[in-house]
Amino acid sequence: METKPKTNEENEPAKSESVIVMKNLYKAFGDNQILEDFSLSVQREESVVVLGKSGAGKSVLIKCIIGLLTPDKGSIEVLGKEVTGLDEDGLAEARKKIGFLFQANAIYDSMTVRENLEFPLRRHWTDLDEPKVLKMVEEALENVGLAHTMDMMPAELSGGMLKRVALARTLILKPEIILYDEPTTGLDPITSKEIDQLILTLQKKLKTSSIVISHDMSCVKTIADRVVILLDGKCYADGTYEELESSEDPKINQFFQSLLV
Amino acid sequence: MSVISSVRDFLDETGQISRFAGRFFSHGLKPKFEIKELLAQCYVIGYKSFPLVGLTGFIMGLVLTMQLRPSLVTYGVQSELPVMVGIAIVREIGPIITALIFAGKIASSIGAELGSMKVTEQIDSMEVSGTNPFKYLVATRVIATSLMLPLLTLLADAIALFGAYIGVNIKSVTNIKFFFIQVFESLSYSDIIPAVIKTVFFGFAVGIIGCYKGFNSTKGTQGVGRSANSAVVLSSVLIFVLDLLTVQLTNLLGFN
Ligand SMILES: Nc1ncnc2c1ncn2[C@@H]1O[C@H](COP(=O)(O)OP(=O)(O)OP(=O)(O)O)[C@@H](O)[C@H]1O
Ligand SMILES: [Mg+2]
Repeated sequence: METKPKTNEENEPAKSESVIVMKNLYKAFGDNQILEDFSLSVQREESVVVLGKSGAGKSVLIKCIIGLLTPDKGSIEVLGKEVTGLDEDGLAEARKKIGFLFQANAIYDSMTVRENLEFPLRRHWTDLDEPKVLKMVEEALENVGLAHTMDMMPAELSGGMLKRVALARTLILKPEIILYDEPTTGLDPITSKEIDQLILTLQKKLKTSSIVISHDMSCVKTIADRVVILLDGKCYADGTYEELESSEDPKINQFFQSLLV
Repeated sequence: MSVISSVRDFLDETGQISRFAGRFFSHGLKPKFEIKELLAQCYVIGYKSFPLVGLTGFIMGLVLTMQLRPSLVTYGVQSELPVMVGIAIVREIGPIITALIFAGKIASSIGAELGSMKVTEQIDSMEVSGTNPFKYLVATRVIATSLMLPLLTLLADAIALFGAYIGVNIKSVTNIKFFFIQVFESLSYSDIIPAVIKTVFFGFAVGIIGCYKGFNSTKGTQGVGRSANSAVVLSSVLIFVLDLLTVQLTNLLGFN
């Protein structure tokens, strides 16, 4: 078992390896069928953007990957390991390598910014010493340009700052895979652009693979290596941004219309 | 028709709460323990409730004494006032009033806190960070309420007896030493111990109901408010039901 967070540089694997493979996923809440035979795989160091209408099940999809929800049927392999049906310890082990940015930030509002960032660190790596933790927290906050907020409470921060704190908390473990749930929704265009750039920079720096959920087409254009469209519970389309943008299919086209206005 | 469905809802909820409590015993008490969080909760739940519980205890003892005196005077037994008040406070009024005040303060705050953590996905976020939210949030709070309420009750009893001493002194003069000797001579262990043990159950009820309501909170400010509110209502009712059950049980066991 590993005891320290590793960066991916230490043992560089082949680039075309799949880090996430989802096969024939089904998920329903009562009569509400959300995912229906959904399949998708993500390669190492690739950023896949998932598009879909509100309520299509995008958040449900990535919650299945991290084990917050269990699919009714189908398999999910993360870094070569099946995650469906893992027990608590197995899931905790898998989650050390997966970062998750919640749609609503999910910052702990009873803790300071610093305690928020320390929480996943101390929980996942119980043997880190004090100076090391502090150094990692400082570094993570500097990455998002919020070093000065370290001892503030979340209530004192603006929405965009909270999003960036959430991002720092996600990245502090230096995960191999990051799942972003709408990283720029509800932010002004300038902050959005900053966050897009931040994601790109960190992605290159840490060599992560990611799934990004977004409604923000300029964000999609900046980040995506590949775009997939989640429609009626299936992976309806899959291609590069340019391929899908020039598609004749109205169901695909509607997602790109907003840019033309 | 609506009677049937509300009975069914009631039974349904009772079942779910029982399962939630069962999960506390099957999962919550297994290692590894969240000692630091437990101590923090004991501080918040116990220590921070002390002024409120102390104040209500004092007033309760004082008022009870003032209310009882006229009847005792009628029968010419006002010298038994300390004994009457002491038994009433230790056996029943102290535990139940403290538990109700505690439910009002703690069940609502646990319900609201966990409820808002639930709807803002903070609980999911803890799980992703390698933490079992049930152990970290629920087990610590339930253990803290079960441990702290008995302590608070004992403190409230003591302060209420002091209030009673002052109450006695309003109309006549008693030595404080004499007052307490009279009270304690009339009390036996079978008055005190069952009364303390039942508060462990009251505390458990407050913790479990608060956490259950919080964990099952629905989205929105209204949902969180409703969890806090129904946590107080349900735990207060449950305290009375448990009180009834424990008095029957101690009777059966021959403690009276
Ligand atoms: N825990 C749950 N219990 C019941 N239904 C749920 C649950 N989580 C999600 N759903 C339902 O699943 C559907 C998809 O939800 P999801 O949050 O994945 O949408 P989304 O694609 O992320 O939408 P948005 O872009 O608005 O965030 C919704 O209809 C929602 O009501
Ligand atoms: Mg969503």
